[in-house]
Amino acid sequence: MSCCAPAAEAALDLERFSEASAEEIRLASRPAGPGLLQVHLSVPGAHCGACIRTIETALARLPGVEDARVNLSTRRVAVRWREGAAKGDVPPLVATLGRLGYEAHLFDAAQDDGRDPVLSELIRAVAVAGFAAGNIMLLSVSVWSGADAATRDLFHWVSALIAIPALAFAGRIYFRSAWNALRHGRMNMDVPIALGVSLAYGMSLYETMTHGPHAYFDASVSLLFFLLIGRTLDHVMRERARVAVSGLRRLAARGATIVRPDGSHDYVPADEIGKGAVLLLAAGERVPVDARVVAGLSEIDCSLVSGESEPQQAGPGSVLRAGTMNLTGALTVEAVATAEDSFLAEMVRLMEAAEGGRARYRRIADRASALYAPVVHLTALLTFIGWMVATGDWHRAITIAIAVLIITCPCALGLAVPIVQVVAARRLFENGIMVKDGSAMERLAAIDTAVFDKTGTLTMGTPRLVEAERVAPEALAVAAQLAANSRHPVARAIAEAGKGTAAGLRFEAVREVPGCGLEAQAGGAVWRLGRAAWALGRETESGGTVLSRDGVFQAAFASEDRIRPGAAEAVAALGRGGIHVAMLTGDAAGNAEAVARKLAIADFAAGTLPGGKVERIAALAAEGRKVLMVGDGLNDAPALAAAHVSMAPATAADVGRNAADFVFLRESLAAVPLALSVSTKAGRLIRQNLAFAVAYNAVAVPIAILGHVTPLIAAIAMSGSSVVVIANAMRLSAGAGRWWEKPAGTRPAPGGTALRPAA
Amino acid sequence: MSNLVILIPIALFLGGLGLGGFLWALRSGQYDDLDGSAERILLDDDPNGGNA
Repeated sequence: MSCCAPAAEAALDLERFSEASAEEIRLASRPAGPGLLQVHLSVPGAHCGACIRTIETALARLPGVEDARVNLSTRRVAVRWREGAAKGDVPPLVATLGRLGYEAHLFDAAQDDGRDPVLSELIRAVAVAGFAAGNIMLLSVSVWSGADAATRDLFHWVSALIAIPALAFAGRIYFRSAWNALRHGRMNMDVPIALGVSLAYGMSLYETMTHGPHAYFDASVSLLFFLLIGRTLDHVMRERARVAVSGLRRLAARGATIVRPDGSHDYVPADEIGKGAVLLLAAGERVPVDARVVAGLSEIDCSLVSGESEPQQAGPGSVLRAGTMNLTGALTVEAVATAEDSFLAEMVRLMEAAEGGRARYRRIADRASALYAPVVHLTALLTFIGWMVATGDWHRAITIAIAVLIITCPCALGLAVPIVQVVAARRLFENGIMVKDGSAMERLAAIDTAVFDKTGTLTMGTPRLVEAERVAPEALAVAAQLAANSRHPVARAIAEAGKGTAAGLRFEAVREVPGCGLEAQAGGAVWRLGRAAWALGRETESGGTVLSRDGVFQAAFASEDRIRPGAAEAVAALGRGGIHVAMLTGDAAGNAEAVARKLAIADFAAGTLPGGKVERIAALAAEGRKVLMVGDGLNDAPALAAAHVSMAPATAADVGRNAADFVFLRESLAAVPLALSVSTKAGRLIRQNLAFAVAYNAVAVPIAILGHVTPLIAAIAMSGSSVVVIANAMRLSAGAGRWWEKPAGTRPAPGGTALRPAA
Repeated sequence: MSNLVILIPIALFLGGLGLGGFLWALRSGQYDDLDGSAERILLDDDPNGGNA
């Protein structure tokens, strides 16, 4: 267990996820065999053999669990369980994992069953193309080393036979894509590939039939093989990022307890909640749809929705937005909108309207191929016409024109961009940064402005006690014990600060007074932890949170939202790189100014609404600036979509994470300059590779036009150029020891601290 | 020349056998969790009966 010692902080966080989940687990389970149900849990903290063993043994030991199997690649556990006699009898899966120190989320198995049809097709295609290329190359080498007439024909025929199924099976990926592009009047890199491969095959077949000396079967199949490798790597990288991101899906409100007109209670999924439905909302639950409070008092955590760091009071008549969290008291609410008309849906509409710079952006590869393909095809055509005019020998003219197509076939060009992006994405992945697609890196390399959200991005979004060591240890222990009963962020901070201490008191009748604090009795004394005016019965000048015993002051606690680690360094590094840094927040001006001053951000705006953030980014874009948006909340999602490129921490709201191009899993904001630096370097390598591909063609094309290319030369040229391009891309992973790099060997704390969701 | 008639089909057959084996392994889910399989070999007794 050495490397898997659960991070205590993560274990503390888990308690709040474990409660509401029994019904949710049932909702997410699918039938798997007679009497069995299967559910997928995402466990981002699982990362080694010991984790597999710990998780599988602990879960299998639970009554009702048939078996549990960890998939370490996707960080998921598939649990098959048997429904007990009582209907509400669900094994405490999430709580059990929580005790082990693994944070677990429900994984919605409906969206995919863990298999990736595109990847299987690609891998099968690579396998078939590799088999065919190897065998044909074997036969071709014999031909090149001087096999005579009859033997050569035999080898050519065998090659032709092997190549047919390989082209049909492995090549259809390119044929399909090329056909799609042509049908819509576009040009992509697959068009010259498909054309080159099929023409090479056709000509070689004709040569074989007429006992000609040169056949290009090896070129046509090994070209496919190389390109398929590049395409598969690209897909694996992207898919890996996608799976890791979707695995972070939190236990968001999937449903709520609804009160029927006849008074009975029922747990229903969020999308079945109609307008006017009456819901019960326990402390710690997320608001599933926009709703108005009917009865009860509580405080609401809006940090993920509006960016406000202080919890908001809620009483009868208050309107709650979907996605906010009920913190301290039970509420009865009436739904004022259905799930698809709620705040979340409004954000999605704003996002769709905002989708701007990104849709217009064209990838370097597409721009290159749009330029490249016509030039290549024109060259081949001119070669054919030239030889026709010069010699009048149409067979010779066609052979040479096709040789031009083969030698220019964009093997190096097809690999030039994806291989660099795969290496760069891998490098970022190792540093806990997920990239959605390659164009994101190209766009990031071009930015000149970085806009940050405050709550949850520049700060952690969860308060922490300041100067905890100045509080008397006994008082802290009592306060921590009391605070453990609440979900209020400040109470959480006190409980965390006093972790491991024991007060030795036995509290009775602990109750939470919404808007005031916690009250409990111990040994005849009444302890209160909360707002000073309430705990002491009088106003104090300092304010803040106070612990009192029978109304007598015991200790005061001050808390603040702490700055995210690495934030100051990241802002400074961006500034050094000549990038303008700005901050936009929905929080109050005072909080915003304090953070901006600490991080030395001169340009900031407070109290910004979601639409206002989008407008600000649109204004920057109108000035011709390329904006990077870094944000985490629901309210940031439209701005994330509007920006030229965007990043979000893993703790961000689902929508925000989906809108972002990059997602970083670790706490530190150093991810931003790192991603920028890797992207810039990748951009440089891509341009080098493209320049090399052009240089290669400048040398090879004249040779081909003059008719000096034989299959042997084509094979050497193609493999040689691919190797050069790949080797150049590998230089990216060799560039260790830069200024932004941490000392070697700093791995993230396992057990999920880095993946901790926001409270 | 006559030995080629025997040797080439044998070479192709053996290669095809390897290809078929790979495709079978792919289909039966042995490539679903490469990281997990690499770690599972270090576990002493697989609680699921060892059919990794």
